[in-house]
Amino acid sequence: MDFELSDDQRLLVRTVADFCKKESPVTRLRQLRETELGWEPRTLAQMGELGWLGVMFPEEYGGLGGSFTDTALILEQLGMTLVPEPYLASIVLGGLAVRFAAAPERAAELLPPLLAGEEVWALAYAEAQGRGAPSDIETRATQRGDGYRLTGEKRWVLAGHGASRLIVSARTAGDPRDASGVSLFLVDPKAPGVTVTRVDCMDGHKAAMVSLADAPGELLGEAGAAAPILTRVLDYGAAAACAEGSGIMQAVLAMTRDYLCDRAQFGVKIGTFQALQHRAVDLFVETELAKSSAIAAMIAADDERPEERMRAVSAAKCQLTLSGGFVVRQGTQLHGGIGVTDEHDIGLYFKRMHSLVTLFGDETFHTQRFASLPSFTAHL
Amino acid sequence: MDMSFSPEQEAFRAEVRSWLREALPPELAIKAEHDAAFSHEEVMTWHQILAAKGWVAPHWPKEHGGPGWDATQRYIFSQELELMGTPQLSPFGLAMVGPLIMQFGSAEQQQRFLPKILSGEEVWCQGYSEPGAGSDLASLTTRADKQADGDYLLTGQKTWTTYAQYADWIFVLARTNQDVKQQAGISFFLVDMKTPGITVKPFLTTGGTPAFCETWFDAVRVPKENLIGQENMGWTYAKALLGHERTLVAGVGISARTLLRAKRLAAEIQVNGAPLLEDPAFRAKLAKTEIKLEALRVTVLRALASAQLGHAPGAESSILKLRGTELQQESIDLLMEVIGHDGLSWFNAEGVVPPRAESAPSIFNYVRAATIYAGSNEIQKNIIAKLILGLPSA
Ligand SMILES: Cc1cc2nc3c(=O)[nH]c(=O)nc-3n(C[C@H](O)[C@H](O)[C@H](O)COP(=O)(O)OP(=O)(O)OC[C@H]3O[C@@H](n4cnc5c(N)ncnc54)[C@H](O)[C@@H]3O)c2cc1C
Repeated sequence: MDFELSDDQRLLVRTVADFCKKESPVTRLRQLRETELGWEPRTLAQMGELGWLGVMFPEEYGGLGGSFTDTALILEQLGMTLVPEPYLASIVLGGLAVRFAAAPERAAELLPPLLAGEEVWALAYAEAQGRGAPSDIETRATQRGDGYRLTGEKRWVLAGHGASRLIVSARTAGDPRDASGVSLFLVDPKAPGVTVTRVDCMDGHKAAMVSLADAPGELLGEAGAAAPILTRVLDYGAAAACAEGSGIMQAVLAMTRDYLCDRAQFGVKIGTFQALQHRAVDLFVETELAKSSAIAAMIAADDERPEERMRAVSAAKCQLTLSGGFVVRQGTQLHGGIGVTDEHDIGLYFKRMHSLVTLFGDETFHTQRFASLPSFTAHL
Repeated sequence: MDMSFSPEQEAFRAEVRSWLREALPPELAIKAEHDAAFSHEEVMTWHQILAAKGWVAPHWPKEHGGPGWDATQRYIFSQELELMGTPQLSPFGLAMVGPLIMQFGSAEQQQRFLPKILSGEEVWCQGYSEPGAGSDLASLTTRADKQADGDYLLTGQKTWTTYAQYADWIFVLARTNQDVKQQAGISFFLVDMKTPGITVKPFLTTGGTPAFCETWFDAVRVPKENLIGQENMGWTYAKALLGHERTLVAGVGISARTLLRAKRLAAEIQVNGAPLLEDPAFRAKLAKTEIKLEALRVTVLRALASAQLGHAPGAESSILKLRGTELQQESIDLLMEVIGHDGLSWFNAEGVVPPRAESAPSIFNYVRAATIYAGSNEIQKNIIAKLILGLPSA
């Protein structure tokens, strides 16, 4: 049992925290949400140079050979100041999809520029039906000559508007919702038959709706075997959301605490009111509980045993919904009127928390998955 | 005990409902269907339609142009409006300054202001809160200095002034006596927004809409005729207005409508090959919120029955703002869960996301304000602890 960070991890966390404070305070998200891209390529390249993007990838792919925990620790810090670069979308979803789906030689060719921050990738897995479930898809891929052609509609492709490569799930066999028959393809967004429509998201990030009409795609790895890979990647996504959400909660707790010490009404600081003190304590308790679950999930995310992984990830994602939802709502409430102005940062944390809660399986999904695992009814 | 409405009341409801269906212009009906945001012009269009019918001010007495309805009829009417999703009229003239002018204004003030509130010719906003005076309103520092000719010069800053950018008039609480206990030195003024020295700066809410403003007064001349009642009595007047029609603030109809939309959409949205609504876990979640709403609805009826008998608002009415606003938030939270990914959308062009997702994200953010304005829920609890439970104060 050891919850201490290693020296390397401690240094990493300190460097990232420093960067966030000095170079990417929340004002950066504010400025960048007004732009078409929503992030800065040079900042992403800077993150690549510092090795942050590749921490969890093997060295032969241009990574540092660390664990997902290293990535999660970075995301937790990035969450504290809402850094807008698409780390989660491009590296965690896009990068890991290629890492696990593609043949090792191909992954070794593809990944280095991504991990150097020179490229952005996006994972197109969700469709109008199915709420993001990997095998509930209607997009089809058919073999044509030595390649594949894809047809279908992908929705809410995070960072898809600015991606140089799309990783797209499509059926090569079977019917919608069959467990097998799902494959992953590399698609060039500029190829004929691909239409990428940018969408603005509530949290200031951007995504894309991607329409495929007989669009060329390169099969990654084995045909028909991608559903479990996608499930695993989305679990990484969920664990990443928990880590980022943990950062958000810590930031909201800190700003709310400061506000209670600062704001005066009725001739006293409002933090002297016991009702508000107790609420602040609840914020603190929820923040710590969600952090605990997020730690369990970041460790379990790398676990090769799916059941262990799913249990911890689903638990953490539910806890994020409960605790994170409470913290951003009550944090807003304690700020009074100023908390519902766009000028105040707390609203941006509120918005980002909603994305994290919604993506990669919501509370209902993860509660049910948690309850359906054999471990839930073991030892009865 | 009987919780049903009388045949006359049901007939009234049917009359209201069928008139509303006819009267709501089709462009507005479509927006109402999707809970889209109404522009100021659309709200005023609806105001004028209701005014022409004589139904714009249900709680005004007949002599001032009200329809002469009793409390139950008013409740039925507001419930029907909420269920239809008609534009919500600005409360500042109709529900706030209008009744205050009736109660405390002079006959001249009544003649001058009430008809134009009713017709919608003059739009009002509320200048109470200041940067330093929110929950503790009595600490306000905007001052009104009496001049030799009896007029006042108004100087100070108000904030969170909802829709000041559209308003013709503002009602303002300002300090006329610096030397007495806070509450005792405040007066109530009616101020023409066109008077030189007023600056209005709209700013965005978290819902992404410019719903409120900062309003500055720099030596703004207010004629003495625009003082309500007596100098230094403003606090008493303003307080008398609070607690007005508390049965309406619960917004049960709004929450019920949101929940109904959530259910309808859950019946459309497919998860694992079946409608989300068929998912027992999610269904139970929706049911839990509906059960809470049902308890609130019956509480509203209790408050209503008591008001009908002429009793002062009792214990049951004090909880309506508290729970009503919480349930408004809870029901939109559920709606957002239903629409899932589509709820991540933020002001995208028409057609990019389904209509169901066009307005919900903005409301989801902005509705956080419901537990803050009109006396925050913490302040409501303080009042209940003191006045209803009789708990000792520190
Ligand atoms: C959307 C919106 C529209 C508004 N429109 C108008 C308008 O048109 N005109 C106008 O005049 N005002 C308006 N207001 C202002 C509103 O009335 C104030 O926001 C409200 O009174 C709270 O004041 P505050 O924002 O300064 O918060 P504060 O009073 O600073 O409160 C901060 C937090 O402390 C809590 N708190 C304060 N005192 C106590 C206490 N004694 N015990 C326990 N908790 C306490 C509050 O509940 C809140 O959670 C609007 C506000 C909003 C959000």
